[in-house]
Amino acid sequence: MSAKPRLAMYWAAACGGCDIAVLNLGEALVEVGSRFDVVFWPAVMDAKYADVEAMPDASIDITLFCGGIRNDENEHLAHLLRAKSKILVAFGSCASEGCIPGLANLSTLDEILDASYANETTDNPDGVRPVPAWRENGVTLRIPTLAPLLRTLDQVVPVDYTVPGCPPETKRIEDVVELVGKALDGTAVLPPRGSVLGAGHSTVCDECARERNVKKIGAFRRVTEIATIDPTLCLLEQGIPCNGPATRDGCGALCPAAAAPCIGCYGPADGVLDYGARLMSAFASVVDADEPERIEVILDGIADPVGQFYRFSLASSLLRGGREAMDQAHRGRASAPVGSPAANHPAPRLGRTPPSAPMLDVLGPQDHVPQRAPTGPEPPAPTLEPVGGPAR
Amino acid sequence: MTAQLTIDPITRLEGHGKIEIFLDDSGEVARTAFQVPELRGFERFCVGRPVEEMPTLTARICGVCPEAHHMAAAKAADAVYGMDPPRTAKLLRELLYSAFYVADHTTHFYALSGPDFLVGPDAPVEDRNLLGVIRKVGMDVGGKVIEARRRGHAIIETIGGRKVHPCTSVPGGMTKGITEAERGAIETSGRWMVDFAAFSLDLWDAAIMANPEYVEMIRGDAYAHETYYMGMVDESGKVAFYDGRVRVVAPDGEMLGEYAPAEYGEWIAERVEPWTYLKFPYLKKVGWKGFVDGKDSGVYVAMPLARLNVADGMATPRAQEAYERFYATLAPAGPDGRKRLVHQRLAAHWARLVELMQAAEKVVELATDPEITSPDIRALPTQVPSEGVGTVEAPRGTLTHHYRTDERGILTSVNLIVGTTNNHAPIAMSIERAARSVIHGGEVVGQGLLNRVEMAFRAYDPCFGCATHALPGQMPLEVVIRDSDGNVVDDLRQHC
Amino acid sequence: MSATTAHAGAAPAAKDGRFEPVILAFTCNWCSYRAADLAGTARMKYPPNVRLVRLMCSGRVDPAFVMRAFADADAVILTGCWPADCHYRIQNVKALRRFILLRRVLESMGIEPQRFQRFYASAAEGQQLAAEFDRIVEEVRALGPLDWAGRHAAFVPSATPPGAGVGEARAAAEARAAAPPPAERELAEVTA
Repeated sequence: MSAKPRLAMYWAAACGGCDIAVLNLGEALVEVGSRFDVVFWPAVMDAKYADVEAMPDASIDITLFCGGIRNDENEHLAHLLRAKSKILVAFGSCASEGCIPGLANLSTLDEILDASYANETTDNPDGVRPVPAWRENGVTLRIPTLAPLLRTLDQVVPVDYTVPGCPPETKRIEDVVELVGKALDGTAVLPPRGSVLGAGHSTVCDECARERNVKKIGAFRRVTEIATIDPTLCLLEQGIPCNGPATRDGCGALCPAAAAPCIGCYGPADGVLDYGARLMSAFASVVDADEPERIEVILDGIADPVGQFYRFSLASSLLRGGREAMDQAHRGRASAPVGSPAANHPAPRLGRTPPSAPMLDVLGPQDHVPQRAPTGPEPPAPTLEPVGGPAR
Repeated sequence: MTAQLTIDPITRLEGHGKIEIFLDDSGEVARTAFQVPELRGFERFCVGRPVEEMPTLTARICGVCPEAHHMAAAKAADAVYGMDPPRTAKLLRELLYSAFYVADHTTHFYALSGPDFLVGPDAPVEDRNLLGVIRKVGMDVGGKVIEARRRGHAIIETIGGRKVHPCTSVPGGMTKGITEAERGAIETSGRWMVDFAAFSLDLWDAAIMANPEYVEMIRGDAYAHETYYMGMVDESGKVAFYDGRVRVVAPDGEMLGEYAPAEYGEWIAERVEPWTYLKFPYLKKVGWKGFVDGKDSGVYVAMPLARLNVADGMATPRAQEAYERFYATLAPAGPDGRKRLVHQRLAAHWARLVELMQAAEKVVELATDPEITSPDIRALPTQVPSEGVGTVEAPRGTLTHHYRTDERGILTSVNLIVGTTNNHAPIAMSIERAARSVIHGGEVVGQGLLNRVEMAFRAYDPCFGCATHALPGQMPLEVVIRDSDGNVVDDLRQHC
Repeated sequence: MSATTAHAGAAPAAKDGRFEPVILAFTCNWCSYRAADLAGTARMKYPPNVRLVRLMCSGRVDPAFVMRAFADADAVILTGCWPADCHYRIQNVKALRRFILLRRVLESMGIEPQRFQRFYASAAEGQQLAAEFDRIVEEVRALGPLDWAGRHAAFVPSATPPGAGVGEARAAAEARAAAPPPAERELAEVTA
């Protein structure tokens, strides 16, 4: 039925876990199927890039975009789906903040390639590396060109909403589907553009069932140093570096419930400019020492500072990566040919998508300029025109 | 004129794989290339991370089989510290892993590849999916498939903390155990899964083995490659998923050897080609001879069929019965009584069901172990961390994680040989054989190529983009034939 | 969060081809800022490379301020009251802890410890403050530019719409390159 809203889902540099999380909707997936016309979902159904290219601009009502931007094909699809979609959702940690693959921004591309193609089991005396275009037998074999850095979706194109999580919990995906469905029926309004959907506004600590008492940590301990993890006491109080204090709630605090620390996959809580900075603040506040030497000793317990604080969010952090990788990317860019596709991209922003309030039904590709946060009162929520007539 | 065929992209691998076919001057297939266009760099950026984080970090390599990476990483991390986790911890990990096998093999058989047979290879593509299976063999099948997946994921969540990307395996054991109530629920699910596996094996008999045409297709040589096989076996030489030694068997059934995971470097080497990001592992002792089969070529296969071929049998009774039937039907032993191998790739689907039974029986066996609810689930390190290898059988092949760390347990090197990667060369060969059989004089004979390539490819259950598994399952392809100037000569397309 | 939205501004011009770093110093209203004021009143000079941000307490320095500062500046200095002298009891100790933690993170991202330094300065220690600024400027000068803004340009398209966050960083970098050469300014001017 053509009157049904059109839905797309895509994976760029992703693991597929987001698709699995959506498939785990089970019976609710049938609801999605009856409510939406799924026009593009490579994980599940046959549709080609060319089919998407042939669609009119803004003809997809909502696109769930998973995965980071690691190569030129990912980037092309980001632009393509932005142009074709009324609402573009950064779905899951990779698209919204870079996720674990964002840790690659601590390394240069050469280091990444060497680790793969010059390691101990690789038999490669000639130092062969995959190349974007390889001539053989008079034809050319092409593969996408790796980008020097992993970028988040909103660093490449403007994003309307974010659904956090690695992967987003299936129950929260149901909530989002319901909300969008209602908005399309005209029985609910969507929150302002730039909002986070399918998650709370506080932190994992607020939904964690563990008991919290003292606020002083005498020593951080690694899991290999702890024989028994107390099943009810706050993990941070037990000295386990738990990212709960800086991480958005919404997952149900599943990991702490399983005696594993929160690793931060739901990203920053509301109003946080830089996830790692917020977590550093939280950890520094509970260190039980006033003397520099003693503070150093306690902080030695955090084995991998940049990994601890930016495990999922490095690519979306204020600095975005390690110095050498950033430097190499910069130099690489300086030599990029003028007029390369990258030259036409809208600018990414520091921090998260600022709220603004365009009417989604007039959102077209020409509107893709990031907007400053308005200084006035709260912007009105975007509205979707009900599809297929009045509310059903 | 050199012509080039592109099958691009492969749906459910879109952005994650494509096939190129070259024709020579006379229009015959010169060679094919299967390309994987992605690299995320885990082997590099895990360096510098604490080794205890690897089970959660590497789970993000694949959202379809995070459990496999979680387990391989946990085992490698155990080895880095020279730790042997308490028995209960190992039972819990294996229980989680067996439940994962049930869910994963179910998805593959019913949604991805099984429909080729259950609905029929000649059925319209739009029927060759789970919905088609339901139409053909009954409504309750769909419900059973959803329930098998649901029960599998519930067990994974109970033990692993989350449905996708589990979080409870750590060096030396587990962060938490299970309660008696949880155990009971798992046992109930396990028994249901055994019934489901038996139902699936019966379905195979009734729907496929009873049809001589299908039997001929499975037994025919169109999809056969005489390669080496790799798989993990337990101390009795039986098929093992979570732990054991890795056995390699030659195409003629002769054993090349068995190795402990830590010795993998003496056995496996990887070749780099400039036209794909994925490497091609091969047997170091035999050597790389190109994309060819036979005893002189180091190309090997690792997947359900390979595991059955290398093992002396299954580790559980009902799976053993199914295993015996499998070989009696497809490769009866000769007068010398020696086991003969099954080289026909399409038999992998049956092998997968044999494994489904073992995994289901394992769930029951482990859930009823008197020690499964013991609180003794953690060991602490007694030695300075240095180096470790962890290997499990992922559903798609032998998965190896190899770590080196400094004295604080911070990673200094990471090497990963991922399940599907093992089969990269054989998949390329199967695609080439399919292409050769249907392309002559520069022309493709009908839609044949699409079906042939599709089935050849699917038998391996490939997971390049990590998520070829999905519901409902089809593998529609597009073949574009271009002349040397890049003009499209022909365009064949198969829709779902 | 005005401290994080203001960019570090134009650098003093290169003199004799010498690299002139831009350094952001967070100061405490009750001690180090007054020390700087004192230095100015006493007509003590220190390099104009150091820009002051006045906060009510060093404890107000959110690590995000520092991260944001590094997106533009060549170095960041954290100054505050001596231990036990904090106007807000122990907030300077919290600042110390954050500093130590931040430095570890920054180091693992490739930022040298000389680019992120701290010292105490009471309201009476104008001379010490000026001397410390001198020392740090020379250390950073020896290291050369950090130019994270330039690194950010790897993300930035050529047509940067005004007002986008990275655009600011970029504009700052461009302004830095094109800035007219102001002479060394007296501290009083900077703090006026």
